[in-house]
Amino acid sequence: MSFMEVLMIIIPSTLLWAAPLVFTALGGVFSERSGVVNIGLEGLMWIGAFSSIVFNLTFVHVFGNWTPWISLLAAMVAGGLFAILHAVASITFRADHTVSGVAINLLASGITLFLVKYIYGKGETDIIQKGFSKIDIPVLKDIPVIGKLFFQDTYWTSYLAIVVAFIAWYIIYKTPFGLRLRSCGEHPMAADTMGINVTKMRYLGVIISGMLGGIGGGVYAEAISSNFSHATISGQGFMALAAMIFGKWHPLGAMGAAIFFGFAQSISIIGSSLPLLKNIPDVYLLIAPYVLTILALTGFIGRAEAPKADGVHYIKGSR
Amino acid sequence: MKKRKLGLALSLVLAAGTLLGACGKTTDNNNATNKGTKNAKPSFTVGMVTDVGGIDDKSFNQSAWKGLQEFGADNNMQKGTKGFDYLQSQSDADYSTNLNTLSRQGFSLVYGIGFMMQQAVDDIAKQQTKTKFAIIDAEVKEPNVASVLFKENEGSFLAGVVAGMVTKTNKIGFIGGMESAVIERFEAGFRAGVQAANPKATVDVQYAASFTSAEKGQAIASKMYSSGEDVIFAAAGGTGTGMFKEARDRKAKDPSKDFWTIGVDSDQTAEGVVTAGGKQVNVVLTSSMKRVDNAVKDISTKAMKGNFPGGQTTTYGLAEDGVGLAPLNDGMPNKDAIQKAVSDWQDKIKSGSVKVPATRAELKTFSAK
Repeated sequence: MSFMEVLMIIIPSTLLWAAPLVFTALGGVFSERSGVVNIGLEGLMWIGAFSSIVFNLTFVHVFGNWTPWISLLAAMVAGGLFAILHAVASITFRADHTVSGVAINLLASGITLFLVKYIYGKGETDIIQKGFSKIDIPVLKDIPVIGKLFFQDTYWTSYLAIVVAFIAWYIIYKTPFGLRLRSCGEHPMAADTMGINVTKMRYLGVIISGMLGGIGGGVYAEAISSNFSHATISGQGFMALAAMIFGKWHPLGAMGAAIFFGFAQSISIIGSSLPLLKNIPDVYLLIAPYVLTILALTGFIGRAEAPKADGVHYIKGSR
Repeated sequence: MKKRKLGLALSLVLAAGTLLGACGKTTDNNNATNKGTKNAKPSFTVGMVTDVGGIDDKSFNQSAWKGLQEFGADNNMQKGTKGFDYLQSQSDADYSTNLNTLSRQGFSLVYGIGFMMQQAVDDIAKQQTKTKFAIIDAEVKEPNVASVLFKENEGSFLAGVVAGMVTKTNKIGFIGGMESAVIERFEAGFRAGVQAANPKATVDVQYAASFTSAEKGQAIASKMYSSGEDVIFAAAGGTGTGMFKEARDRKAKDPSKDFWTIGVDSDQTAEGVVTAGGKQVNVVLTSSMKRVDNAVKDISTKAMKGNFPGGQTTTYGLAEDGVGLAPLNDGMPNKDAIQKAVSDWQDKIKSGSVKVPATRAELKTFSAK
């Protein structure tokens, strides 16, 4: 297998795998930048995966080839609505963010599996007929070398994820809204003194986080698993959470970390057919993603510092 | 302070919702149980405990339950504590409790489905010596436990024959879930079948180290198809769904090329439907099936008639209808010739003239006559 062939396998599978993580990690960034810890990302992905698949199966005859995209919107709305529960509990009622997030995770898996059983009478849905499939991106695919590596046999969602990451960066760091969001996460009292409605900003942060988490779940379900079952979302939400921390709560950092996870994963799969790595026992390749992550976390990025007021309730008038 | 309390209340509501969600199934069972008690009671009752896969996992839990239902129907039994029933395990911690519950409810025979329940069955069988137990896919040496194993290698041998005859590139892939004796039987049988049907073909074996990650299955399948392999067999549970996705995607994009798959455990034809080049085709050649339902029926019948194989291991192969091959895909080339080859090999295996290797060590010395 030539080097080019190896890259042609690694790059698309890296991007495919990274896409859901990028969306969800961005969701985490929005929530935590506003000061609300969100370990409910996993649950939001459950909701997104579930609603996109159900929507896709139900409306495939109405929307035809546009079904996967509209299902993604449905997943976004469902994720946003579900996140309101987390917002109400952790902002308005000042419940512990972590506890509320865990409740979101448990509730999401329980409710979605129950509904699947209720709607379809079995433990998992059928496979969807119109999911995200491999495409060649017009024009760009004809660029020599790069076109072949990056723009053939790939998925639209991977590029959407990268674009959304840049939009998120712009919003958080270059707009007044982003500045206010960040200030609520760093020093809510100062923000309040300046006339920013901390509660509103935090609600928005959590709801945007739910929407992105929902999209993340929807992308996973429609581009990878093609159906919804108890095993569809198994830990990706926590991977996204790790990507967010790894990326130092920065949208582009989170994107980079998610792509890094995807890359490590692909290496572990392709490794057994590379001449260089062929003689290494399987087990080392399989643990490689995790070892690389630990190394990267401890050695290269330095201290990952959370927003100052992340997870701290803001109570007006208290010091 | 008031807000605090409200917050606590809301958390409680969320938590309660979760618990209720998890209980959905159990309540179902209780209703069914109540219905069952109204009817006259036959003396023999049988129950089963699922592993974490759940009752409709499209795999052996579902298959075992189907076997129990058929057994019940054959013997005029009702679902419930006076006939046949199941309990689902939500986590590994539930196995012992569930097995204990069923045996205390007085079931004559209790199944533990799946090798993950080996330890739990062993423990409970020692405590509940009056109840008969049976375990699928594992061995427990207790006088009141019947162990049930399958010759997965025989079913996947036939799948290997199909793969060997269909491939044009003479390159075939095998995706395993996790390294274990069961998956090794799948692998060894499959490779032997390929070798028997097409000595020139090579089999590329890769393990995903997971039964649940579709993305790994998809990446492995992508690698295999890219390196020219045109038939892939996945014995990897949920990881296999990624392989089907990759095959469907590739077929849709390039309908003229072959991207075949082979399913596992049950007939997975439904996973392969794709619209390619304007018409509907299927990328699933066939599936290597494991008939847990037949085994469950057989053991239950034996137990009811008083010759329960306690303390023994019963192995189900092709001859006992414990494994087999799903109907072949109509879209494959030379279907008739392949069908004929499959039945020839099937006869040879059933008659015992060909012994299918069950481990990699046995595969080395295997030669197809």
